[in-house]
Amino acid sequence: MNAIIISALLGVVMMFSSILIQNRYAIRNIAVVGLLILLLGNLLNTYTVYSFDIDTHNMLRFDKFGLFFNSIAIAATLLYVILSGSDIVKVGNYPAEYFALIFFSLCGITILSSYNTLLMLFLGVEIMSIPLYILTGSDKKNLKSNEASLKYFLMGAFSTGIMLMGIALLYGASGNFNLEYNHAASNGNAYNYGILAPLGLLMIFISMAFKVSAAPFHFWTPDVYDGAPSVFTSFMATIVKAAGFIAFIKLFGIRIADLGPSSIIILPAIIIATLLVGNITAVFQQSVKRMLAYSSIAQAGFMLFALYGNNDLSAEGILLYATAYSIATIGIFAILIKMKDYTFDGYNGLAKKQPILAATNTVFLLSLAGIPLTAGFFAKYYMLASALKTYGHGALWLVIVAVLFAAVSVYYYFRVIQAMYFKEGEAETSEISSNFKAILVVLAALIILIGINPSLLLTWFYF
Amino acid sequence: MPIQYYIILSLALFCIGIVGVLVRRNVIIVFMCIELMLNAVNLLLVAFSKMHHAIAVVNDKASAAGTDAQLFVFFIMVVAAAEVSVGLAIIVMMYRNTHSVDVNFLNRLKN
Repeated sequence: MNAIIISALLGVVMMFSSILIQNRYAIRNIAVVGLLILLLGNLLNTYTVYSFDIDTHNMLRFDKFGLFFNSIAIAATLLYVILSGSDIVKVGNYPAEYFALIFFSLCGITILSSYNTLLMLFLGVEIMSIPLYILTGSDKKNLKSNEASLKYFLMGAFSTGIMLMGIALLYGASGNFNLEYNHAASNGNAYNYGILAPLGLLMIFISMAFKVSAAPFHFWTPDVYDGAPSVFTSFMATIVKAAGFIAFIKLFGIRIADLGPSSIIILPAIIIATLLVGNITAVFQQSVKRMLAYSSIAQAGFMLFALYGNNDLSAEGILLYATAYSIATIGIFAILIKMKDYTFDGYNGLAKKQPILAATNTVFLLSLAGIPLTAGFFAKYYMLASALKTYGHGALWLVIVAVLFAAVSVYYYFRVIQAMYFKEGEAETSEISSNFKAILVVLAALIILIGINPSLLLTWFYF
Repeated sequence: MPIQYYIILSLALFCIGIVGVLVRRNVIIVFMCIELMLNAVNLLLVAFSKMHHAIAVVNDKASAAGTDAQLFVFFIMVVAAAEVSVGLAIIVMMYRNTHSVDVNFLNRLKN
């Protein structure tokens, strides 16, 4: 409860700070302090009894999983604002509003990690998405940004409509909006409306697949991620995407069986399609930003394994994956924003000019590819292990396919490393402060630490 | 009236909305079709709400079953209003830059 209330209040505070404070960097510092307060509030909620106590009529339920994910999301946002804050304030004339929208989006994320009825799922998704439509279009004079924003908005509203239809059909079948299908609660009558419940669940499934950009509902992702200002792409591709998965898993962890016998086929088909589209298309990209957009689709394919496995190992795994993927992608985007040229050739010879940037970028890319000794390795390992734990050798073929696609992903991640280290060129960057380098080193150190010992992170889950 | 009529009517409205989103080229009309989808859901929710209430009242005169769906309808209206305000702002922003509200403009990003 703390995180929801504080993040909404901080959003309002940020809005008013734009009236009183003109200095852009002061506004960024307020946002950093706000995020620290938010993190503290959420930690108090998780590990102590100091929390707002509001009767939500069981519409929200705060369990360890959701609260721990809140901490990860808030900490990742904090790192993101510290690292890229000076670029956020340069996007337009009203920097405080961007931070306000980020806080509102975080409010939606914290609702998504704790919802217990479909009403809250709907509200959480909308509160998370609507600020993002604005952030995507924040570069108002840029046609690409306009286009991305309109496309994101139309796709988002369309998928919301489908989700609502699904919710309405589920309501028709059960008579309540509870997360768990409960005939007893619906007036003691077990309605038999046959197709309503599976059809409704399928519609919610499709709309959630839109939100996390799983194939074949991924087509908006590359355009939107490419067109949005890079700083906001970084936020959308990491924290928001992870939150989408948490919501997805919370609902379908319980209800997947209600989809009927087709659920056994649907998930593997979507996983393979997502891995295929993401990895194969990423190979042919010339722009690093667009490559990262496709790589985010490919990573979504791996995160779907948590839904497929659906056991305690996958709960740990998705938290680890969210952390590893968010930290690495935030780091890569922070470096990308500093580059003058977003193509692969733009990275030529970066290692000679900026050795620290090149080294940390290498660590991040290795983590995304899932090389051992980085966090990404254990994240992928947990995902695949959870599928094997549930289905035994029946899932072996799917795991082998996933590993093969991970090998494909090495190709396009290593193209960046190759450009940085082995090609001659003058990689042009904007001015880079020593603080920026220091934080990048901290992020890389975090990735290696978690990669050596993932229990460093996961012990807090059981603390 | 049997509930099936309402289900068929709402599904028909919903499908008109979906088809409109997919085939129309004018952003404003696409937008109206999305609203049509949301309102089809509202209609269905209210119909289901009455149905569940009618079933519950047989056993218990004071039953409040079904009211939550009517509440949901209000939430949908509020969120739709918020979405419209953002969406129209985006359309106006686009119109200022391109002097057109045609969706074909969206294909410019695909290299």
